[in-house]
Amino acid sequence: MIEWIHPSLVLIVGSLLLPFLNGRARQAWMLIVPGITLALILNLTPGEYGQFSFLGLDLTVGRVDQLALVFAYVFGIILVIGAIYALHVGDWIQHVAGFCYGASALGVVLAGDLVTLYVFWELMVITSVWLIWRRKNPVSFAAGMRYLMVHAVGGVLLLAGVVIYYQTTGSVSFDQIEIGGPAFYLILIAFMINAAVPPLHAWLADAYPEATITGAIFLSALTTKTAVYTLIRGYPGTEILVWLGAIMALYGVVYAVLANDIRRLLAYHIISQVGYMVAGVGMGTILALNGAASHAFTHILYKSLLFMGAGAVIYMTGKSKLTELGGLYKYMPLTFILYMIGGFSISAFPLFSGFVSKTMVVEAAAADYRPVIFLMLLCASAGTFLHTGLKLPWFTFMGKDSGLRPKEAPANMLIAMGIAAFLCIFIGVYPAALYAILPDPVDYNAYTIGHVLKELQLLLFTGLGFFILLKHVGGEAKISADTDWFYRAGGKRLVATLRNGVVATNRGIGNLFQVTWSRYVAWISQRYGKGGRLSRSWPTGTMALWAAILLAVLLVFGVR
Amino acid sequence: MKALSELLQFMVRHGRTLTWIMLVIMAGLVIADLLIEPAYIRYPWDGIGGFGALYGFISCVLIIVVSKALGYAFLYKPEDYYDDEIRDD
Repeated sequence: MIEWIHPSLVLIVGSLLLPFLNGRARQAWMLIVPGITLALILNLTPGEYGQFSFLGLDLTVGRVDQLALVFAYVFGIILVIGAIYALHVGDWIQHVAGFCYGASALGVVLAGDLVTLYVFWELMVITSVWLIWRRKNPVSFAAGMRYLMVHAVGGVLLLAGVVIYYQTTGSVSFDQIEIGGPAFYLILIAFMINAAVPPLHAWLADAYPEATITGAIFLSALTTKTAVYTLIRGYPGTEILVWLGAIMALYGVVYAVLANDIRRLLAYHIISQVGYMVAGVGMGTILALNGAASHAFTHILYKSLLFMGAGAVIYMTGKSKLTELGGLYKYMPLTFILYMIGGFSISAFPLFSGFVSKTMVVEAAAADYRPVIFLMLLCASAGTFLHTGLKLPWFTFMGKDSGLRPKEAPANMLIAMGIAAFLCIFIGVYPAALYAILPDPVDYNAYTIGHVLKELQLLLFTGLGFFILLKHVGGEAKISADTDWFYRAGGKRLVATLRNGVVATNRGIGNLFQVTWSRYVAWISQRYGKGGRLSRSWPTGTMALWAAILLAVLLVFGVR
Repeated sequence: MKALSELLQFMVRHGRTLTWIMLVIMAGLVIADLLIEPAYIRYPWDGIGGFGALYGFISCVLIIVVSKALGYAFLYKPEDYYDDEIRDD
């Protein structure tokens, strides 16, 4: 009897069979593999597994504790949901990439040391990029390349940080990073890149909307949340994260106002929601850390539901822009309702999952006496409902009739969305189930009259504002420049400017040289050329005269 | 599916009534908030009834106005802004 099987191993080995299967067999296998993985995860018991020594480093590939389990559970669930949602897709590369990506994310969460973490961290990048590339168009390819490059930089920073950490402490075990200096910041920045903390966030909103319809579900769930996990583990109570998180929450909201592509809008709201988690990590209190972990859990479920809803619309209509969509509720009513469950959850309506986790982070800010942060997070909550719960569904499903007459989404997509929607409501109605698996005992009740009243007022009056300003909130056929501008347009301009500078300098030096040279040549030819003073032939009479002058000079000065 | 679609269409047809119901609920929430004593007062605004409503409305308007202003001033670019980075080959 094998004592310990790493769930990632099952996923990776299982995915290797996918290229050889077709039709029903492949679909069955696509359900069996994540099913077994989820069963394994559910049976994990706290402890340390798979320890071995490699090149003198003590590695632990399986550290199971309460914090790791929260993330492992939800990753397991989302792999099953994502697989169901992707059942109709024939492209096996996507499925293999999705499973291996899930395996890597699980590997990060279960890693007990920084070396194992680094390996899975990199594996996550090279597997997930295929979920973008397999959209198979030039835009996705370019976006995937940028995604790859940003994460390559992140990976190098992480590796550098780990090496310095090892040299300083002599250990690679992954716990709270307590040393100062470069290792602390290098690892922190690497984690922040994956958590999409501004200004290091642009890769997310750039790449996710260009991913395949089914791949985006895995993307939206895994990378940022593994980063949240690593931040909770490594950097609890890091003050700067409080502010970055709160700024992040609002930053995503601002860009969501400007977004026209539905999945880009949702992508910006990943950034916004992860902001709550990052702020929670920064506060570092028990309530805040529990809030961050539980919000990651609920976020994965409702965000994947939202992405699935948007994906279903794109799949059925071929359109992804708010300006081209509208009036779909008659034709895709189930997708609409299921999407709205996700929308209410992310907006933190009472009885939906976001309410029991998001308010925990907001409450933590209040309890920690951080009024500014509290108000910033509350404002971002209003913004979340404004976009994800109102703007996107209004201009996609309601609003003007776009003339599109799509059919309802395929059954497998609806089932996947249904499972996610059920979990969103279940957690909202029965939060004790979620609170029971959190790292620390929870002393928080979301359903007090005060909380419910405050939240409902906040959200419903946001709705009032939306309908008053309805004419001004729709999508516009434009894109908005984000910090990726610096490497997409700015970099190009810098190169062009440098090129022009080099060309101009070259030309200048060339000209100068030419002018000087031609002057010199002219000078020479003036003197030595035909008729030049020094090339003239002198008459011998002159010679006699010069000899006489020379002798006279000698006579005067030389003879004494 | 058909029934669901028809139910939604029924609701849309009666949108005006639903709007009024919603407005009454919203007014009720504010009144309730004015009447119910807050469980604790940590911040100056905790004692103000209807603060959530006011804050939500102001946040919503501010978010839209500020973001759109930023968009028009700096951020909005034409849709083909980055098109030169794609090569069809």
